[in-house]
Amino acid sequence: MSEHIDELVHQAHQTGNYEALIAEIPYARLIGIQVMRLGEEMIFHLPMDKDNIGNPILPALHGGVLAGFMELSAMLQLMVSMNSPSFPKIIDFSVDYLRAGLSRDTYARCQIWRQGRRVGNVAITAWQTRSEEPVATARAHFKLD
Amino acid sequence: MNIKQRAESFLSVLRHCQVLGMTVEQADESGLIIKLPYSEYIVGNPVSGVVHGGAITTLMDTCCGISTVCYLDEFEICPTLDLRIDYMHPAEPGKPIYGFAECYRVTPTIIFTRGVAYQERREDPLAHVVGVFMRMGPAPDGQQLFQLGGRV
Repeated sequence: MSEHIDELVHQAHQTGNYEALIAEIPYARLIGIQVMRLGEEMIFHLPMDKDNIGNPILPALHGGVLAGFMELSAMLQLMVSMNSPSFPKIIDFSVDYLRAGLSRDTYARCQIWRQGRRVGNVAITAWQTRSEEPVATARAHFKLD
Repeated sequence: MNIKQRAESFLSVLRHCQVLGMTVEQADESGLIIKLPYSEYIVGNPVSGVVHGGAITTLMDTCCGISTVCYLDEFEICPTLDLRIDYMHPAEPGKPIYGFAECYRVTPTIIFTRGVAYQERREDPLAHVVGVFMRMGPAPDGQQLFQLGGRV
């Protein structure tokens, strides 16, 4: 299984196509995350899905799904940037909600501020309409193997 | 409605929580416990079978958010301002995860909550959580939310 994932990470890195890698991660399939590779950059995309709704009256994306999407984005960004087949393990995660995440497509971009031998620090920004008006920002530490 | 019924009613309208199969285990003046059953859909690491942090964040955001009904007289919509989760150890695959949350300070504008995620014992948590929520005042659509809840 680990060798298979290794192969998929290499493939994704080379081709810019992350579908096969994502298909192996059940939680990624559940929320429906997609990855766009623009040159060297990665943009993560969470298409609107009624199963991801929290508040039914607004209606709004569940804050936990938004956070999960951001954590998963950070994890994938680290895996690709390290070209590593092993899954980074979450140490802590902190999210600030800035605006209501409405039931729209959501996007995220990650910034790896530090990638040491043991720990990685990643900042994540998520937006819906304009990247300069984020719906949430987050920061995560991962244990790297 | 008693506290547990209010919590159940709230949880029942949150679509994504229903998708994950979350249920209210306990709700009273001392806090709220919600159960997240294990399922293969929420696995984040296909090699180990460990649940993704996102599902635990969803459990704890929901649990901290709904724990406000244990302390407020009227239903209020309380959006999350921020949430922080510290992982003590990974969740054991195959077992349900429980979230416990309590409000430790309620002001006219802000509610401070804290809690833990655990599997066997609350004294041995897999994660510690703090979350801060904003009070928007009694919501005119709060009643609507409960009525919606009654229909689901």
